[in-house]
Amino acid sequence: MPAVAETISTVETLGQSTYKWGFETAIEMELAPKGLNEDIIRLISERKGEPEWLLDWRLKAFASWQTMKSPGWGKIGHPPIDFQDVHYYAAPKKKDGPKSLDEVDPELLRTYEKLGIPLKEQAILAGVEPPEGMGAAAADIDDEENAQRPDRPRVAVDAVFDSVSVATTFRKTLAEAGVIFCPISEAVREHPELVRQYLGTVVPAGDNFYAALNSAVFTDGSFVFIPKGVKCPMELSTYFRINARNTGQFERTLIIAEEGASVSYLEGCTAPMRDENQLHAAVVELVALDDASIKYSTVQNWYPGDAEGRGGIYNFVTKRGACRGARAKISWTQVETGSAITWKYPSCILQGEGSVGEFYSVAVTNNHQQADTGTKMIHIGKNTRSTIVAKTISAGRSDSTYRGLVRVLPKASGARNFTQCDSLLIGDQCGAHTVPYIENRNMSAKVEHEATTSKISEDQLFYCRSRGLAEEDAVGLIVNGFCKDVLKELPMEFAVEAQKLLQISLEGSVG
Amino acid sequence: MSQFLSISGLRATIDDQGSPKEILRGVDLEIPAGEVHAIMGPNGSGKSTLSYVLSGREDYEVTGGEVSFEGRDLLAMEPEERAAAGVFLAFQAPVELPGVNNANFLRTAVNAVRRARNEPELDAVQFLKAARAEAKRLSMDAEMLKRNVNVGFSGGEKKRNEVLQMALLQPRFAILDETDSGLDIDALRVVAEGVKALRSPSFSALVITHHQRLLDYLVPDRVHVMARGRILKSGGPELAHQLEAQGYAGFLAEAA
Repeated sequence: MPAVAETISTVETLGQSTYKWGFETAIEMELAPKGLNEDIIRLISERKGEPEWLLDWRLKAFASWQTMKSPGWGKIGHPPIDFQDVHYYAAPKKKDGPKSLDEVDPELLRTYEKLGIPLKEQAILAGVEPPEGMGAAAADIDDEENAQRPDRPRVAVDAVFDSVSVATTFRKTLAEAGVIFCPISEAVREHPELVRQYLGTVVPAGDNFYAALNSAVFTDGSFVFIPKGVKCPMELSTYFRINARNTGQFERTLIIAEEGASVSYLEGCTAPMRDENQLHAAVVELVALDDASIKYSTVQNWYPGDAEGRGGIYNFVTKRGACRGARAKISWTQVETGSAITWKYPSCILQGEGSVGEFYSVAVTNNHQQADTGTKMIHIGKNTRSTIVAKTISAGRSDSTYRGLVRVLPKASGARNFTQCDSLLIGDQCGAHTVPYIENRNMSAKVEHEATTSKISEDQLFYCRSRGLAEEDAVGLIVNGFCKDVLKELPMEFAVEAQKLLQISLEGSVG
Repeated sequence: MSQFLSISGLRATIDDQGSPKEILRGVDLEIPAGEVHAIMGPNGSGKSTLSYVLSGREDYEVTGGEVSFEGRDLLAMEPEERAAAGVFLAFQAPVELPGVNNANFLRTAVNAVRRARNEPELDAVQFLKAARAEAKRLSMDAEMLKRNVNVGFSGGEKKRNEVLQMALLQPRFAILDETDSGLDIDALRVVAEGVKALRSPSFSALVITHHQRLLDYLVPDRVHVMARGRILKSGGPELAHQLEAQGYAGFLAEAA
């Protein structure tokens, strides 16, 4: 039909629209030489003033990494990565270390400003304001619900600029509550007993190829500790950025919620445009004890590469949470719109009796992006419950796969899982795949799986357009509707950003 | 040009398994400002196709003829441009938009049209106030605003929702494609009231219907009989009564 041919040509032209956040920051960098060997690992450890045990841990991880191969089971393709052609350490040159935002490199603050990150102290103290002039089609939040939120939650930001955290705010309020929220390198110095107790207990150093690599060379990331019975007084937020050319970034995040504690952690990422593929291999570990609750939300919009599939971030992430205590709850919510390759399976180990795992995901791929993402729910304890809602949107020539494992072990009587996977195709040159693995070894367990695949129909587009909506806005509206079940799980600040992102990342993809 | 809506020699085809099939075979129709016209005719005569072509659906290819709307070449405009210019189509089968909140959809549409018309946009509060008032006037449950667009709506609810959209978008030219089909007498009255409320010297409507009942409420200025892709006969409101009594067979035979 002519309509389809026309929209495909529109895709091709608009797909080349420049990445909105593509810029570099001219800050003097300190780079380690390229390549990976024991000396580089010793250098990283030394620069960070780490204790001996951590260096040993890194070296062991490196030893096991050397025996491993990169996993080949994902539905992704890329040229072999030369791990010796990567800088494993980069840090902005510091004078004495900033004591307040005034001392932070203004170039860096301008970078954050361009990204719309509300880092400025007054902005944070005033609470993060909702963005003005939000695109009409993106405003898919029930107006009444919106109006009923009297106090915007406050957000604490721990900003990671490449490998070193440069500013942390709201320390004091958090400290009064007994919450520790700091760069993990600082936690190693200030709270070594906590780090040593938990690091690598959820994702062991030799867990998989990329986790082992991360364990060997991780440079920074966030550390969160919520003591017994404490409800974290604010949302915690970290923004990661990749800025140095050819620098792999290897964050390590560790979040611990003791008995009855609860925390909501937000992670958002953007990166400047560049031609080389950039390697990114993060590890996130969550530990929830009895009655604790951790909500971990991600909006990931790293550079996806250009319309021809050149450049873009390779994102190989290991995220896992352990519900160690009874009635513990871990909830993952992710909106993945960026990266050339996404390989990521935020998982829950449901060990404690009656513990709960959730995974809500929106994965958008356009042009030549590839995403292989999903979750693992491992039911170990009795009456454990898990919910999986995965929405996959593919456009252009992209390929997107949901890969999920639900495993019920023999002792997990009364375990329950509900999985829903929906795929939305835009155009006729993209792919969407659903690969569920279900292993049930307990007769009393209940596992449900629902899956749908659909296309945005010409009927829907015409209906919206006949009401005055431009084609792009119509797609944004329909896609946001498709993702609503996931978006409503995001904290309000992220929900708005995520809605805008969905539309931006699908610009020109109408079909 | 002083005409409001002028259709002359309009021809259109649709792709039928690879080869074009002609549906409209030279439609001529004049609708002056301020008038309500009705089109009646047997199934498959091209009535819905005419409504789609006028509102810009891309599945149809216009192969001949012209349509001018207030002096502008309607056929050269995108569907959203036609909406901004004041053309509205009430769908025979309104489309479901899962997960899209009805109030948000309506506000997005209203503001898109207002932007295009250089009118200030309505904020959420202003919009909800207007939408609730309209809904009330159309004896509709305001709960419908909170539901997803047409999802799980009954046939009657869908049609009322179309009329609500029409009321909020304030078109200059509305096409109602069998909006009365499958409606009970109360719903029918609501639809008719919706159109009547818009009646003004600068608003016109084209009502496609199979039934005399709607026309009893609306009282069209002109009635046209359409068959085989053309307007076969035009007359006053009495033509509808004649059709009701005699059926289409006589007209078709006459025209053959």
